[in-house]
Amino acid sequence: MTVRPATTLWFARHEINLAFRDWVSMMTAGKRHRQSTIVIILLIAAGILHLIANAIIGPWVSSGVGIDKPTLVMLTGSGLLFFSLMMSQAMESVTRAYYARSDLDLILSSPASSNRLFAVRTGAITLTTIALSSLLASPFINMLAFHGGAKWLSAYLVLAGLGGFATSLSVILTLTLFKTIGPQKTRLAAQIVAAIVGATFIIGIQTVAIIAYNSISRFSVLQSPELITMAPNIESLVWLPAKAAIGEMRELLIFLSICFATLGMVIIRSSKSFGRLATEAAGISERKIENASAPRAFKKMTTRQALRSKEWALLRRDPWLVSQTLMQILYLLPPAVLMWINFGESTSALVIVIPVLVMSAGQLAGGLAWLAISGEDAPDLVATAPIQPRSILIAKIEAILSVIGMILLPLVITIAFISPYFALVTIIGVALSAGSATAIQLWFRVQAKRTMFRRRQVSSRTATLAEAFSSIMWAGMAALLAAQYTLFIAPALFAVAVLAFARMMRPKPE
Amino acid sequence: MTQQILALDINGLEKCFDRPAVSGLDLQVKGGEFYALLGPNGAGKTTTLRMVAGLLQPDAGSISVFGIDARLNQVEAKSIVAWVSDEPMIYDKLTPLEYLEFISGLWQIDANEAEARSLELLGWLGLTPHMNERCGGFSKGMRQKVALAGALVHDPKLIILDEPLTGLDAGSARQVKDVLLNRVKEGVTVIMTTHILEVAERMAERIGVIADGRLIAEGTLEELRQQSGQNETNLEEIFLSLVADHQDEAKAA
Repeated sequence: MTVRPATTLWFARHEINLAFRDWVSMMTAGKRHRQSTIVIILLIAAGILHLIANAIIGPWVSSGVGIDKPTLVMLTGSGLLFFSLMMSQAMESVTRAYYARSDLDLILSSPASSNRLFAVRTGAITLTTIALSSLLASPFINMLAFHGGAKWLSAYLVLAGLGGFATSLSVILTLTLFKTIGPQKTRLAAQIVAAIVGATFIIGIQTVAIIAYNSISRFSVLQSPELITMAPNIESLVWLPAKAAIGEMRELLIFLSICFATLGMVIIRSSKSFGRLATEAAGISERKIENASAPRAFKKMTTRQALRSKEWALLRRDPWLVSQTLMQILYLLPPAVLMWINFGESTSALVIVIPVLVMSAGQLAGGLAWLAISGEDAPDLVATAPIQPRSILIAKIEAILSVIGMILLPLVITIAFISPYFALVTIIGVALSAGSATAIQLWFRVQAKRTMFRRRQVSSRTATLAEAFSSIMWAGMAALLAAQYTLFIAPALFAVAVLAFARMMRPKPE
Repeated sequence: MTQQILALDINGLEKCFDRPAVSGLDLQVKGGEFYALLGPNGAGKTTTLRMVAGLLQPDAGSISVFGIDARLNQVEAKSIVAWVSDEPMIYDKLTPLEYLEFISGLWQIDANEAEARSLELLGWLGLTPHMNERCGGFSKGMRQKVALAGALVHDPKLIILDEPLTGLDAGSARQVKDVLLNRVKEGVTVIMTTHILEVAERMAERIGVIADGRLIAEGTLEELRQQSGQNETNLEEIFLSLVADHQDEAKAA
């Protein structure tokens, strides 16, 4: 089919083409022959997730779900969780639509309409936001439909509406930031907002669960009699999305109309300013940043000290990277609250806290290790320096581990006051988890710019999965060790097996 | 009679990727010489120089830098070599002064000496007003000058530059060339690849032409004229003639 150039449809085809190639390359890490393997892995993963979803919600649906307050509270709470994730993703994508330069300079310098491009890109953001959330929610929705009937499939449409609404709000928020703080600060502010929005709901609900019910599970809040009593009557408009998800047709139509009408209006209103704002955003890289502190005398340093202080300076001066790192620290907030509440009373809460710390250490170490090992902006400079490559690596690992140490030390010290044994278990778990994540990044290192940090998982699916699994297994080991079960050997052995597998799969040097 | 140690002595160097990039290359550069390495795209210039700088492992052959076996004693060789690529490798979040302090740390230069040298270099390259600004906002020319300052701050005996003048304006290119010529006057050896043949013609004492991973001609401009059989012509004509002859020979073979 021939499409007239520079029309909305033509832009849409161009975007879909690029998005599809990007997705294939992301899934296969640039190796097309892996496609069938990836499909098999995805199918297996989907099967496992459906089994887990069935175990969680099967009994609940089978006992009969009606339009009552407990059901509406549970569905609305879960919907809010997905909405916060969608908002986070959409904010990140909308910001990128204004700031990423790749083909934007080419298109903006052409006589083609930037309004149409923005409309297509906003549509694409909505679709990807919906796709990701649908993917995450699909095991649960499918199991709801399996046990409760096809009416539950309307939950997919509710997710689509939420995706459209999240994109609209993200565009409005980004434009407000442009107006209030200017293009220089908007990108960072929007990315921080995106990160916080994504985490706030889950962290908030966990914190409430800990304070009120001494449990880290969010379900204890969503199922609590207090919340259900306080919730509005079932006639309230608050329950519109929840009722739509259950399959109430009238509510579904109203909800979808509101969401997509909002999206349409936002696209029409904001597309006019897209070209101007994107051009303003392009100018920010030209600005000079002068160091606030006065120049100081050169310090005498060893090569390792030089490398470490460089890593710290680069991390410190990159607010976006700091925000990404801090995001992972935010997840430590609920266990910290749990420790605070139980301080001096009982050690049982620590059995929950320790694995969270161990897992966070692994995730944090993975990110920092990627930055230090793969995200080296001047690899030739470091490689031509008269130092043994081993010393370079040691210095970089020292830089990573010291940051993790600094973040986790206060929590470990608090644990030590409660129980030295638990502190020792935490230290062992954190060291193993952080060490494993660092080793995996070392085995799968690729040369990349630090600005590619957001897409670090793309470089190797094996590395990403191995990092996640090893962190989970070390966390399991720490929990069982803290509870003094000899079964701790099992996850530890599994973690070692994951590491051995990752090492075996590492790319061979040229 | 004492024999002068060669700044760079390459023998039988080989490197193969999907196809041979460097095939049995022999190259000798004398100490204190300005040597230009020319060749068409994909001839093996950058691969050769990356092997000398220790950024690539050769498949075969030997590399000696001022008598040091660069394959056996990499660290020792690296301590007297500087590498500047066409894409300046600097850190956007560091200022030029901090960048030079970092390099001084890597090369273990005395802090006071490094600071004095850094300020002097930044002055020569016209970067003093920007020495406390982060490099992220710098133009290509300024970035290349920061990278050059980084290469010179540890006082190397051999400077290897891969297309250092690409994308520089006339003023920046002049500053870079002046700094390099001054270094050569002080006895430093400079090896540079360039596609700007006028630069090679004016600056280099000897010129090597590389094609298909081998040195096909070498000498002063006059010697190259004789080799190509094109008297009273410029380097561009000589270069094109030498490369065309080589391609004809390769086809015939």
